[in-house]
Amino acid sequence: MKGEVVVSTVNRPWLDPGQTPFIKVQGVTKSFGPFVAVDNVDLDIYHGELFALLGGSGCGKTTLLRMMAGFETPTSGRIVIDGIDMTDVPPYERPVNMMFQSYALFPHMSVEQNVAYGLKRDGLPKGEIDERVDAMLSMVELSPLSKRKPHQLSGGQRQRVALARSLVKKPKVLLLDEPLAALDKRLREQTQYELMDLQDRLGITFVVVTHDQEEAMTLSTRIAVMDAGSFMQIGTPTEIYEYPESRLVADFIGSTNMFEGVVHQQDQEHVSVKVAELDADIKIEHSTAAADGSKVWVAVRPEKIILSPSKPDNTEINVLRGVVEDIGYYGNSSTYRIRLENGVIVQVTHPNQRRPKDGRHVAEWEQEVYVGWEPSSGVVLTK
Amino acid sequence: MAKVLSGGRMARLAEKLQSSWKTVVVAVPFLWLLIFFLAPFFMVLKISLAESVFAQPPFTPLFEWVSEGVLAIRIVFDNFVFLWEDNLYLNTYLNSIKISSISTVLCLLVGYPIAYSIVRSSPTARNIFLLMVILPFWTSFLLRVYAWMGLLADQGTINSLLIWLGIIDQPIRLLYTEFSVYVGIVYTYLPFMILPLYANMEKLDISLLEAAADLGAKPAVTFLTVTLPMTIPGIIAGSLLVFIPATGEYVIPDLLGGGNVQMIGRVLYNEFTANTDWPVASAVAIVLLLVLVLPMMLYQHIQSKESES
Repeated sequence: MKGEVVVSTVNRPWLDPGQTPFIKVQGVTKSFGPFVAVDNVDLDIYHGELFALLGGSGCGKTTLLRMMAGFETPTSGRIVIDGIDMTDVPPYERPVNMMFQSYALFPHMSVEQNVAYGLKRDGLPKGEIDERVDAMLSMVELSPLSKRKPHQLSGGQRQRVALARSLVKKPKVLLLDEPLAALDKRLREQTQYELMDLQDRLGITFVVVTHDQEEAMTLSTRIAVMDAGSFMQIGTPTEIYEYPESRLVADFIGSTNMFEGVVHQQDQEHVSVKVAELDADIKIEHSTAAADGSKVWVAVRPEKIILSPSKPDNTEINVLRGVVEDIGYYGNSSTYRIRLENGVIVQVTHPNQRRPKDGRHVAEWEQEVYVGWEPSSGVVLTK
Repeated sequence: MAKVLSGGRMARLAEKLQSSWKTVVVAVPFLWLLIFFLAPFFMVLKISLAESVFAQPPFTPLFEWVSEGVLAIRIVFDNFVFLWEDNLYLNTYLNSIKISSISTVLCLLVGYPIAYSIVRSSPTARNIFLLMVILPFWTSFLLRVYAWMGLLADQGTINSLLIWLGIIDQPIRLLYTEFSVYVGIVYTYLPFMILPLYANMEKLDISLLEAAADLGAKPAVTFLTVTLPMTIPGIIAGSLLVFIPATGEYVIPDLLGGGNVQMIGRVLYNEFTANTDWPVASAVAIVLLLVLVLPMMLYQHIQSKESES
C-alpha cells in the first residue's frame, strides 16, 4: 500500500474521484423498536463491483441488504440506486433482484416457471420469455432439469435455479443473501468461482451478504466489515486482511496474534512497542500516528511468523524463544501453538513445503523453537 | 463367547418386543375405528337391506332359521329403489348439497381473510384471535342455535333494532328461511374452515412472497400466483370439514329453517321417528354416506397420483 505510486482505477473505481457511485447509502438508520439494527451508515458502491457486507449474526448486514431490496424501509436516511432515490419505491418496482438465503423457490412451479416468473410480471411476449429462460437455464447448466419441481433438485441445483431466476431480469444490482451458506465445502468453492466469472461477464453490480470471511475475501472487490449496525472498515480484501484498522477487524478476519503494549520509541521508519507480557520490545514498520507512551496493540498474522529450530543469527529484532505446545496438521500447512518462556501462546502457521523425512515436520511437540517476524509483518492498532 | 451370544439374543428379544409394541400402537386406533365406525356402518347397511315390519325391532332380520337346518338370508333392495323413484328424496339430496356447497363457499370467503390476518398478526395477538375462533365451542351448540333464533325472529333482536332505527316498519322475515339456515351453518362451521387454513398458511414461507415482490409482482399478483396456489391444501381440508357435516346437518335446518327448508338430515330423522321406517331411514343414511365419501375418495386418488408423478 505504501509502495504503490500510480494506481490504476480501471478495476478500482472507488479510488477515482471522477466516478459516481452506483449505489449510494446515505445516513441510513433502521431500528426495530428500541433495537438499532443499522446505525447511520454511509456507503458508496460502484458499477460492476462485487461488494461484500461481512459480519457476524445480528450485525445488521442482512437488514441493510433488505433495505436495498425494498423489504425494509429505512427509519431515516436514503438509498439511491443509479441516480434514483429508491427509499420509498416498493420492491416490485426496483431495478434490483435478490437471491434469498433459503433460495425461496416457488415449490408449486417447475424450474422453468420459477425462472420465467419475473419476466411474466413484466408482460413480455411469450417467445421472448421462452428464449431468455432457455438461455439462462443453459448458462447455469440446468436445461435438462427445466421441467422438474424444486423438491426434486439437489441443494446445488436449487442454488443455481435461484441464481438464474434473479439474473434473468437483467437487474441493475443483484443482491445475494448468504449465497453459498447452504452448500457443502467443495461445491461452495466451485460456485464461488462461477459467481465471480458470471459477475465479470454480465457486468452487473453484486452486493453479497456473508458471515464467511473466506467467501468474502475470495469473491469480492471490496468488503465492508460490519459490527453492531456500523461499518468497522471498508476496503479491498488485501487492505482488510493486511492493514486492519482495529482489533475487531484483525480478530474477525483470519486469526491473529495480538499483543498489548505501549509506544516507547519511534523514528522515521519504525515504531517500538514495549509489550509487558512478553517482556520485550516489538519493532514494527511505521503505519500509525500513535504518540509516544500511548497504548496500542500489535497484530501479527500466524503465517507471517517464521519458525526455526535454532536461533536465527542474522537478527535480534522480534525474536522470541518458546516450546511447541500443540500442532494442528492441515496437510498443506500446520499450525503450531508455541508457549513462550513467559507463558504467552503464539500461533504460527508454517507451510508444509516438503514431505517430512521420517515423519518429522519443522518442529515436534515439546521442541524448543524460535519465532520471529519482519518489522513489516506486524500492524500497530490504536483501537 | 457365551456372553456375546446372549447379548445377541437379548438384542433379538428387544427387537421382537419393539415390533410387537409397534403392532399394539397401530392396533389400538384400528380396533377403535373397527368398533365405533365400521360396526355401526354394517348395522345400518344391514337394516337398509331389510323390510319394515310392525314389530320390535321394526325390521326383518337378515338371517333366519326357516326350518330345521335351513338358514335364509334375506336382502331387500326395495328401499333404495324407493329412494330413487320418489322425487322427494332426490330433490332433498340435491337441495342439501346445494345449501352445503354455498355455505362452504361463504365460509371460505369469510374464513380465508380471517385466517390470513391471524397468521400475519403478532404472536400475542395470534393466540388471542385463535382463542376467539375456538371460544364458541365452549358453549353448547344447541344453545347457540337457539340464540340465533332469538336474533332472527320476527320479534327478535335484529328486527326490533331495525324498526327502532326506523329503517323498516314491518319485521322482515328472517327466521325459517334459507337465509337463516345459511347464517346458522356459516356461523357454526366457520372455525372448521379457519383452523385448517390457519395451519396451512402458518407454514407459508414469507420469503416466497418477498421473492415474488422482488421479481416484480404487485401484492394482488403475488396473492394469485403464490399465496392462493400454496394454500390450496388448506382450502380443500377446510372445505371438506365444512361441506361433509353441513350436508347431513339436522339441527340447523330444523330449528332455523322450520318446515320451509328441506335437508336430508331432517328427512332421515322423520323416517326414523315419525314414520318408524328404519329400513328407509338406513337407506337414506347409506346413500348420504356414498354421496359424501365418493367425491372425497376421488380427490384423494387424484392427489396420490399427482404426488407420484
